[in-house]
Amino acid sequence: MSIEIQSRGYAHPTNLVSTEWVATNLNNSNVIIVESNEDPLLYPSSHIPGAYEVDWTLDLNDQVMRDYLNRTGFEALMSRLGATQDSHIVFYGDKNNWWACYAFWVFQLFGHTNCSIMDGGRIKWMNEQRPLVMDLPNNPTSNYTAPERDDTTERAFRDEVLAHVKKQGQLVDVRSPEEFTGARTHMPDYPNEGALRSGHIPGAKSVPWATAINPANGTFKTAAELREIYENQKGISPEEPTIAYCRIGERSSHTWFVLKYLLGHPNVKNYDGSWTEWGNSVGLPIEKP
Amino acid sequence: MPYPAPIQEFVENLSYIDDRGDRVQALIDLSRSYKPANHEKPYPADHRVPGCESEVYSWVNLTQDGNLDLEIAVDNPQGISAMALAAIITEGIQNQPPQTAAQLDEELVYALFGKELSMGKSMGLTNLIRQVKAQAANLA
Repeated sequence: MSIEIQSRGYAHPTNLVSTEWVATNLNNSNVIIVESNEDPLLYPSSHIPGAYEVDWTLDLNDQVMRDYLNRTGFEALMSRLGATQDSHIVFYGDKNNWWACYAFWVFQLFGHTNCSIMDGGRIKWMNEQRPLVMDLPNNPTSNYTAPERDDTTERAFRDEVLAHVKKQGQLVDVRSPEEFTGARTHMPDYPNEGALRSGHIPGAKSVPWATAINPANGTFKTAAELREIYENQKGISPEEPTIAYCRIGERSSHTWFVLKYLLGHPNVKNYDGSWTEWGNSVGLPIEKP
Repeated sequence: MPYPAPIQEFVENLSYIDDRGDRVQALIDLSRSYKPANHEKPYPADHRVPGCESEVYSWVNLTQDGNLDLEIAVDNPQGISAMALAAIITEGIQNQPPQTAAQLDEELVYALFGKELSMGKSMGLTNLIRQVKAQAANLA
C-alpha cells in the first residue's frame, strides 16, 4: 500500500492505490489492471502495460435489458481477465475514474471484494510520463466461478428508494447543482437523455461528485476533507443508510466509493436507475427548491 | 447528400470493416493524422465547441483564393475521438469552397463511431460538426 495514501486517513486504504504502487506491481501476477473508460478509443490507443479493458457498455451491461451482466457473463469476463478468486483487481480510467468506480461497483455485486481504484486515473498516469503500450495482454485465461449477482447490499432499486424517501432516509444527489435544482434535466453541456421531469428526489442532499476530487490532479481528497464535506457540511450520518444517485448511476458509483471505502460508511447503496428512471416514472415524488 | 469526397471514402471503407477492433484501430490511425491548430493558448471562449468534454476549439477562415481554412484544437491528450473527428473533417473541407461545409452532417458521428460512444460524447462530437458548419456558413 502507498504510504502517502495511508496517511490520508481513509477507512479502507487498501481499496485505493497510487500510480506509483501500480508501477511497482506491473509484474505482480496476482494483480490484474483493468482500464474502464467512456471513450472507447482510449484503451486501444494506449494503456498501462498489461492492463485489460472492461467496457461499460459491452462488458458490464446486459445487451437487451437495462441491467447488468449475470453470473455467467461475469464468470466469462473474469475468466477472460485470467482472474481467480484471490486476484487483486485494480481499476483506472478516464473522466476522473467515473467508469472505473462503476466497474468496481459492478464487481462488488458478484462479491469480488479484492478491488482497488488507481488514484488520479488515467490522466495522472499520463501526466507522470509513465509507460503506455498498445500491446494487448495475453495472460492465460482462467476458469472463474462466481456466485449469483447479489443486488441486495450495494444496489438500490426504485421501490426501495421510494420507501427510503418515506422514511426520510439519507440520499445524496451527486449531479450538478443545475440538475439538482431542476433548472435542467441533464448535465451542463450534455444531452437530455430523456428525463421528462426535473428536480431531485425529496430529501436528497446535493453533493456534486467532483467535490471529492482535487481538481489539480484528479486524486481523492483526504478523509478529513471528505468528512468535512459530507458529514459536517451536508449532515450525512455514517450510522444511517445512504443512497447515492445521479443520472444513470456512473457518477454516483464514484460517490458510493467515497462514502463506503474512503469514509467507511457501512451502509451505502448506488441507485443506478437514477434520474433517468425517477424523472420519468409516473407518480413518484419530486422536490424542487 | 454525400459527405465531402474524402470523408465519404473513409466512411465507406469503414463500413466494410466488420471487426470492432479493426474499426477502432482505423479510427485511432485517423486520430494520429490530426494536426494541432496554430493558435496560442488560452483559446478564446467564443471558439470553444459547446458540450465537448475534450475542450475543443475551431476556427474557420477563408484563404486568399476564397476557400476554407479550418483549424481545430483538441486541448486534451485523452481526446482521441475528438482528434479523429477533427482530422476527418479537416481532410474533407480544407481548401474547399465554403459551401462544401454544408455537406457535413451530424450523422457522421454515428457513421464513424456507431454505438461505441456514450450519449455525452456523441453530443460533444456532434457539436463540433455543428460549429464548423455554422462558422463556414458565416463566411459563405
